[in-house]
Amino acid sequence: MSVAKRFVIAVSLCIAVWAASNAWAVIETYEFSSPDLERRYHALSQELRCPKCQNQNIADSNAPIARDLRVVLYEQLEAGATDDEILAFMVARYGEFVRYRPGMDRNTVLLWTAPGLLLVLGAFGFLMHFRRRTSESRAGLTDNEKAEIARLLKEPGA
Amino acid sequence: MRRCKPEPLRLQAKKFIPLLAFVVLAGLLFRGLSIDPTELPAARLGQPFPQFSQPELSTGSDISVDALADRPALVNVWATWCYSCRVEHPYLIALAQQGVPIYGLNYKDDSVKAREWLSQLGDPYQLNIVDVEGSVGLDLGVYGAPETYVLDADGVIVHRHVGVLNEEVFQRDFSPWFPLVAAGSATKADRGIE
Repeated sequence: MSVAKRFVIAVSLCIAVWAASNAWAVIETYEFSSPDLERRYHALSQELRCPKCQNQNIADSNAPIARDLRVVLYEQLEAGATDDEILAFMVARYGEFVRYRPGMDRNTVLLWTAPGLLLVLGAFGFLMHFRRRTSESRAGLTDNEKAEIARLLKEPGA
Repeated sequence: MRRCKPEPLRLQAKKFIPLLAFVVLAGLLFRGLSIDPTELPAARLGQPFPQFSQPELSTGSDISVDALADRPALVNVWATWCYSCRVEHPYLIALAQQGVPIYGLNYKDDSVKAREWLSQLGDPYQLNIVDVEGSVGLDLGVYGAPETYVLDADGVIVHRHVGVLNEEVFQRDFSPWFPLVAAGSATKADRGIE
Protein backbone atom coordinates (compact mmCIF):
# COMPACT_ATOMS: atom_id res chain seq x y z
CA MET A 1 0.00 0.00 0.00
CA SER A 2 1.37 3.35 -0.98
CA VAL A 3 2.02 6.05 1.57
CA ALA A 4 -0.54 8.31 -0.06
CA LYS A 5 -3.23 5.64 0.10
CA ARG A 6 -2.50 4.99 3.79
CA PHE A 7 -2.70 8.68 4.49
CA VAL A 8 -6.10 8.95 2.80
CA ILE A 9 -7.43 6.00 4.81
CA ALA A 10 -6.10 7.43 8.08
CA VAL A 11 -7.67 10.82 7.42
CA SER A 12 -11.03 9.36 6.46
CA LEU A 13 -11.02 7.19 9.60
CA CYS A 14 -10.33 10.28 11.69
CA ILE A 15 -13.22 12.09 10.04
CA ALA A 16 -15.52 9.13 10.61
CA VAL A 17 -14.66 8.95 14.32
CA TRP A 18 -15.04 12.69 14.69
CA ALA A 19 -18.43 12.63 12.96
CA ALA A 20 -19.60 9.73 15.10
CA SER A 21 -18.60 11.40 18.35
CA ASN A 22 -20.46 14.51 17.26
CA ALA A 23 -23.55 12.44 16.75
CA TRP A 24 -23.50 11.15 20.33
CA ALA A 25 -23.39 14.44 22.15
CA VAL A 26 -26.07 17.05 22.07
CA ILE A 27 -24.32 20.15 20.86
CA GLU A 28 -26.09 23.41 21.34
CA THR A 29 -24.78 26.80 22.20
CA TYR A 30 -26.55 28.99 24.65
CA GLU A 31 -25.25 32.36 25.72
CA PHE A 32 -25.82 32.69 29.44
CA SER A 33 -25.85 36.10 31.04
CA SER A 34 -24.08 34.74 34.11
CA PRO A 35 -22.01 31.67 35.03
CA ASP A 36 -24.49 30.93 37.80
CA LEU A 37 -27.32 30.55 35.25
CA GLU A 38 -25.12 28.22 33.24
CA ARG A 39 -24.44 26.11 36.31
CA ARG A 40 -28.17 25.91 37.09
CA TYR A 41 -28.93 25.08 33.46
CA HIS A 42 -26.59 22.10 33.61
CA ALA A 43 -27.93 20.95 36.97
CA LEU A 44 -31.58 21.17 35.88
CA SER A 45 -31.04 19.64 32.46
CA GLN A 46 -29.41 16.68 34.21
CA GLU A 47 -32.31 16.32 36.59
CA LEU A 48 -35.16 16.69 34.09
CA ARG A 49 -36.14 13.50 32.36
CA CYS A 50 -36.97 13.26 28.69
CA PRO A 51 -40.66 12.25 28.36
CA LYS A 52 -40.06 10.46 25.07
CA CYS A 53 -36.82 8.56 25.57
CA GLN A 54 -37.39 7.45 29.06
CA ASN A 55 -34.02 6.64 30.51
CA GLN A 56 -32.26 9.78 29.41
CA ASN A 57 -32.28 13.22 30.91
CA ILE A 58 -32.98 16.15 28.65
CA ALA A 59 -29.28 17.06 28.57
CA ASP A 60 -28.36 13.75 26.90
CA SER A 61 -31.35 13.22 24.66
CA ASN A 62 -31.57 14.11 21.01
CA ALA A 63 -35.35 13.77 20.92
CA PRO A 64 -37.18 16.86 19.64
CA ILE A 65 -39.19 17.11 22.85
CA ALA A 66 -35.98 17.14 24.91
CA ARG A 67 -34.64 19.95 22.74
CA ASP A 68 -37.88 21.90 23.28
CA LEU A 69 -37.58 21.44 27.02
CA ARG A 70 -33.97 22.64 26.96
CA VAL A 71 -35.05 25.77 25.11
CA VAL A 72 -37.82 26.37 27.65
CA LEU A 73 -35.35 25.77 30.48
CA TYR A 74 -32.89 28.27 29.01
CA GLU A 75 -35.56 30.90 28.40
CA GLN A 76 -37.02 30.56 31.87
CA LEU A 77 -33.59 30.76 33.51
CA GLU A 78 -32.79 33.91 31.58
CA ALA A 79 -36.21 35.31 32.50
CA GLY A 80 -35.26 34.94 36.17
CA ALA A 81 -37.37 31.93 37.16
CA THR A 82 -36.30 30.02 40.26
CA ASP A 83 -35.45 26.31 40.13
CA ASP A 84 -38.72 25.50 41.91
CA GLU A 85 -40.75 27.53 39.43
CA ILE A 86 -39.12 25.77 36.48
CA LEU A 87 -39.68 22.33 38.00
CA ALA A 88 -43.31 23.24 38.76
CA PHE A 89 -43.76 24.36 35.14
CA MET A 90 -42.42 21.04 33.84
CA VAL A 91 -44.37 18.92 36.32
CA ALA A 92 -47.61 20.76 35.47
CA ARG A 93 -47.18 19.60 31.86
CA TYR A 94 -45.45 16.25 32.08
CA GLY A 95 -46.19 15.07 35.61
CA GLU A 96 -43.77 13.98 38.34
CA PHE A 97 -42.36 11.60 35.74
CA VAL A 98 -40.32 14.43 34.29
CA ARG A 99 -38.18 14.71 37.43
CA TYR A 100 -35.53 12.21 38.35
CA ARG A 101 -36.19 13.18 41.96
CA PRO A 102 -40.00 13.25 42.04
CA GLY A 103 -41.89 14.81 44.93
CA MET A 104 -43.45 12.53 47.50
CA ASP A 105 -47.02 11.61 46.61
CA ARG A 106 -49.27 8.59 46.51
CA ASN A 107 -47.47 7.11 43.50
CA THR A 108 -43.92 7.76 44.61
CA VAL A 109 -44.14 6.99 48.32
CA LEU A 110 -42.96 3.43 47.75
CA LEU A 111 -40.13 4.64 45.53
CA TRP A 112 -38.86 6.92 48.28
CA THR A 113 -39.38 4.61 51.26
CA ALA A 114 -38.48 1.22 49.75
CA PRO A 115 -34.68 1.53 50.24
CA GLY A 116 -35.14 2.44 53.92
CA LEU A 117 -37.74 -0.27 54.46
CA LEU A 118 -35.55 -2.90 52.83
CA LEU A 119 -32.58 -1.80 54.92
CA VAL A 120 -34.62 -2.09 58.14
CA LEU A 121 -36.01 -5.45 57.02
CA GLY A 122 -32.55 -6.73 56.17
CA ALA A 123 -31.10 -5.51 59.47
CA PHE A 124 -33.97 -7.15 61.35
CA GLY A 125 -33.49 -10.46 59.51
CA PHE A 126 -29.75 -10.38 60.15
CA LEU A 127 -30.30 -9.62 63.83
CA MET A 128 -32.78 -12.47 64.23
CA HIS A 129 -30.47 -14.89 62.52
CA PHE A 130 -27.49 -13.79 64.60
CA ARG A 131 -29.39 -13.95 67.89
CA ARG A 132 -30.72 -17.42 67.20
CA ARG A 133 -27.26 -18.74 66.46
CA THR A 134 -25.77 -17.35 69.66
CA SER A 135 -28.69 -18.55 71.78
CA GLU A 136 -28.40 -22.04 70.28
CA SER A 137 -24.71 -22.29 71.06
CA ARG A 138 -25.24 -21.00 74.60
CA ALA A 139 -28.09 -23.36 75.31
CA GLY A 140 -25.59 -26.11 76.18
CA LEU A 141 -26.42 -29.78 76.42
CA THR A 142 -29.42 -31.55 77.86
CA ASP A 143 -28.99 -34.05 80.68
CA ASN A 144 -29.53 -36.91 78.23
CA GLU A 145 -26.80 -35.63 75.95
CA LYS A 146 -24.38 -35.22 78.86
CA ALA A 147 -25.04 -38.79 79.93
CA GLU A 148 -24.49 -39.96 76.36
CA ILE A 149 -21.15 -38.20 76.18
CA ALA A 150 -20.06 -39.60 79.53
CA ARG A 151 -20.97 -43.08 78.32
CA LEU A 152 -19.08 -42.72 75.05
CA LEU A 153 -16.00 -41.39 76.81
CA LYS A 154 -16.02 -44.27 79.23
CA GLU A 155 -16.13 -46.85 76.44
CA PRO A 156 -12.83 -48.61 76.27
CA GLY A 157 -12.62 -48.50 72.47
CA ALA A 158 -13.11 -44.77 72.26
CA MET B 1 -30.76 -40.21 69.90
CA ARG B 2 -32.83 -37.53 68.27
CA ARG B 3 -36.50 -38.15 68.51
CA CYS B 4 -38.81 -37.42 65.65
CA LYS B 5 -41.25 -34.80 66.80
CA PRO B 6 -43.45 -32.44 64.80
CA GLU B 7 -41.76 -29.12 64.13
CA PRO B 8 -43.20 -26.12 65.87
CA LEU B 9 -45.79 -24.27 63.79
CA ARG B 10 -43.50 -21.25 63.54
CA LEU B 11 -40.84 -23.24 61.70
CA GLN B 12 -43.40 -24.87 59.42
CA ALA B 13 -44.75 -21.48 58.40
CA LYS B 14 -41.20 -20.29 57.80
CA LYS B 15 -40.70 -22.87 55.08
CA PHE B 16 -43.31 -21.10 53.00
CA ILE B 17 -41.60 -17.73 53.03
CA PRO B 18 -39.60 -18.38 49.81
CA LEU B 19 -42.73 -19.66 48.08
CA LEU B 20 -44.67 -16.62 49.21
CA ALA B 21 -41.89 -14.31 48.05
CA PHE B 22 -41.85 -16.07 44.69
CA VAL B 23 -45.61 -15.76 44.25
CA VAL B 24 -45.57 -12.06 45.10
CA LEU B 25 -42.64 -11.40 42.76
CA ALA B 26 -44.19 -13.46 39.95
CA GLY B 27 -47.45 -11.55 40.40
CA LEU B 28 -45.69 -8.20 40.16
CA LEU B 29 -43.67 -9.25 37.11
CA PHE B 30 -46.76 -10.66 35.40
CA ARG B 31 -48.59 -7.40 35.96
CA GLY B 32 -45.56 -5.58 34.58
CA LEU B 33 -45.96 -7.42 31.28
CA SER B 34 -49.21 -5.62 30.53
CA ILE B 35 -48.00 -2.15 31.55
CA ASP B 36 -46.67 0.06 28.77
CA PRO B 37 -43.85 2.08 30.34
CA THR B 38 -43.79 4.51 27.43
CA GLU B 39 -47.33 5.66 28.18
CA LEU B 40 -47.19 8.52 30.66
CA PRO B 41 -50.08 9.58 32.83
CA ALA B 42 -51.38 12.89 31.53
CA ALA B 43 -50.61 15.72 33.93
CA ARG B 44 -53.35 17.94 32.50
CA LEU B 45 -56.30 15.68 33.29
CA GLY B 46 -59.10 17.57 35.00
CA GLN B 47 -57.80 20.93 33.82
CA PRO B 48 -59.22 23.18 31.11
CA PHE B 49 -57.53 23.12 27.72
CA PRO B 50 -54.59 25.57 27.94
CA GLN B 51 -54.98 29.08 26.56
CA PHE B 52 -53.48 29.70 23.14
CA SER B 53 -53.54 32.13 20.27
CA GLN B 54 -52.45 30.44 17.06
CA PRO B 55 -53.36 30.57 13.38
CA GLU B 56 -55.90 28.18 11.92
CA LEU B 57 -54.49 25.87 9.25
CA SER B 58 -56.78 26.58 6.30
CA THR B 59 -58.03 30.12 7.01
CA GLY B 60 -54.87 31.52 8.59
CA SER B 61 -56.90 33.59 11.06
CA ASP B 62 -55.94 33.60 14.72
CA ILE B 63 -57.97 31.35 16.97
CA SER B 64 -58.06 30.89 20.73
CA VAL B 65 -59.32 28.24 23.10
CA ASP B 66 -62.82 29.74 22.69
CA ALA B 67 -62.97 28.21 19.21
CA LEU B 68 -63.34 24.75 20.73
CA ALA B 69 -66.92 23.51 21.01
CA ASP B 70 -69.12 23.50 24.09
CA ARG B 71 -69.85 19.80 23.75
CA PRO B 72 -67.59 16.76 24.18
CA ALA B 73 -64.93 16.80 21.49
CA LEU B 74 -61.59 15.28 20.54
CA VAL B 75 -58.33 17.12 20.07
CA ASN B 76 -56.06 15.11 17.84
CA VAL B 77 -52.33 15.87 17.76
CA TRP B 78 -51.00 15.07 14.29
CA ALA B 79 -48.30 15.90 11.77
CA THR B 80 -47.38 14.87 8.26
CA TRP B 81 -44.05 13.47 9.52
CA CYS B 82 -45.89 11.07 11.78
CA TYR B 83 -46.49 7.70 10.19
CA SER B 84 -48.97 6.49 12.80
CA CYS B 85 -51.08 9.57 12.07
CA ARG B 86 -51.57 8.28 8.53
CA VAL B 87 -52.64 4.94 9.99
CA GLU B 88 -55.32 6.47 12.22
CA HIS B 89 -56.50 9.06 9.69
CA PRO B 90 -59.25 6.91 8.08
CA TYR B 91 -60.67 6.15 11.50
CA LEU B 92 -60.78 9.86 12.36
CA ILE B 93 -62.74 10.45 9.16
CA ALA B 94 -65.16 7.69 10.15
CA LEU B 95 -65.60 9.27 13.59
CA ALA B 96 -66.20 12.70 12.08
CA GLN B 97 -68.87 11.22 9.81
CA GLN B 98 -70.57 9.80 12.90
CA GLY B 99 -70.75 13.30 14.34
CA VAL B 100 -67.78 13.42 16.71
CA PRO B 101 -66.31 16.93 16.70
CA ILE B 102 -62.55 16.61 16.15
CA TYR B 103 -60.10 19.46 16.42
CA GLY B 104 -56.62 19.06 15.03
CA LEU B 105 -53.40 20.25 16.61
CA ASN B 106 -50.99 20.31 13.70
CA TYR B 107 -47.88 19.72 15.78
CA LYS B 108 -44.45 20.95 14.64
CA ASP B 109 -45.39 20.53 11.03
CA ASP B 110 -45.05 22.28 7.70
CA SER B 111 -48.41 23.97 7.05
CA VAL B 112 -48.16 23.58 3.28
CA LYS B 113 -47.62 19.83 3.58
CA ALA B 114 -50.39 19.64 6.17
CA ARG B 115 -52.91 21.30 3.84
CA GLU B 116 -51.86 18.92 1.04
CA TRP B 117 -52.36 15.97 3.38
CA LEU B 118 -55.90 17.09 4.22
CA SER B 119 -56.87 17.69 0.60
CA GLN B 120 -55.50 14.28 -0.43
CA LEU B 121 -56.60 12.09 2.49
CA GLY B 122 -59.74 13.94 3.56
CA ASP B 123 -60.34 16.38 6.38
CA PRO B 124 -61.97 15.06 9.55
CA TYR B 125 -61.23 18.24 11.52
CA GLN B 126 -63.57 21.08 12.50
CA LEU B 127 -60.46 23.26 12.52
CA ASN B 128 -56.73 22.90 12.95
CA ILE B 129 -54.53 24.74 15.40
CA VAL B 130 -51.19 25.45 13.71
CA ASP B 131 -48.43 24.77 16.26
CA VAL B 132 -45.17 25.01 14.34
CA GLU B 133 -43.09 25.70 17.46
CA GLY B 134 -44.83 23.04 19.52
CA SER B 135 -45.75 25.57 22.21
CA VAL B 136 -49.41 24.53 22.50
CA GLY B 137 -48.21 20.93 22.55
CA LEU B 138 -45.79 21.77 25.35
CA ASP B 139 -48.54 23.42 27.41
CA LEU B 140 -50.66 20.35 26.84
CA GLY B 141 -47.91 17.93 27.82
CA VAL B 142 -47.63 16.38 24.34
CA TYR B 143 -44.53 14.24 23.90
CA GLY B 144 -45.14 12.77 20.48
CA ALA B 145 -47.74 12.23 17.81
CA PRO B 146 -50.36 10.98 17.50
CA GLU B 147 -52.06 11.81 20.76
CA THR B 148 -55.77 12.29 21.20
CA TYR B 149 -57.40 14.23 24.03
CA VAL B 150 -61.04 14.11 25.07
CA LEU B 151 -62.57 17.44 26.14
CA ASP B 152 -65.87 17.45 27.99
CA ALA B 153 -68.63 20.01 27.39
CA ASP B 154 -66.83 22.50 29.67
CA GLY B 155 -63.60 22.23 27.69
CA VAL B 156 -61.91 20.27 30.48
CA ILE B 157 -59.39 17.57 29.48
CA VAL B 158 -60.89 14.32 30.69
CA HIS B 159 -58.82 11.71 28.86
CA ARG B 160 -55.67 11.31 26.84
CA HIS B 161 -54.79 8.50 24.46
CA VAL B 162 -51.19 8.13 23.28
CA GLY B 163 -50.75 6.35 19.97
CA VAL B 164 -53.08 5.29 17.19
CA LEU B 165 -56.78 5.79 17.85
CA ASN B 166 -58.96 2.98 16.55
CA GLU B 167 -62.37 1.41 17.11
CA GLU B 168 -61.15 -0.77 19.98
CA VAL B 169 -59.58 2.14 21.87
CA PHE B 170 -62.61 4.32 21.24
CA GLN B 171 -65.03 1.71 22.57
CA ARG B 172 -62.87 1.02 25.60
CA ASP B 173 -61.81 4.51 26.68
CA PHE B 174 -63.79 7.16 24.79
CA SER B 175 -67.33 5.81 24.71
CA PRO B 176 -68.50 7.38 28.04
CA TRP B 177 -68.32 10.82 26.43
CA PHE B 178 -69.84 9.80 23.11
CA PRO B 179 -72.60 7.33 24.03
CA LEU B 180 -74.53 7.70 20.77
CA VAL B 181 -71.49 7.13 18.58
CA ALA B 182 -70.39 4.18 20.68
CA ALA B 183 -73.86 2.58 20.44
CA GLY B 184 -74.09 3.32 16.72
CA SER B 185 -70.75 1.74 15.84
CA ALA B 186 -71.51 -1.23 18.09
CA THR B 187 -74.64 -2.08 16.10
CA LYS B 188 -72.69 -1.57 12.91
CA ALA B 189 -70.06 -3.98 14.18
CA ASP B 190 -72.79 -6.52 14.99
CA ARG B 191 -74.11 -6.24 11.48
CA GLY B 192 -70.60 -6.74 10.19
CA ILE B 193 -70.34 -10.09 11.94
CA GLU B 194 -73.57 -11.42 10.43
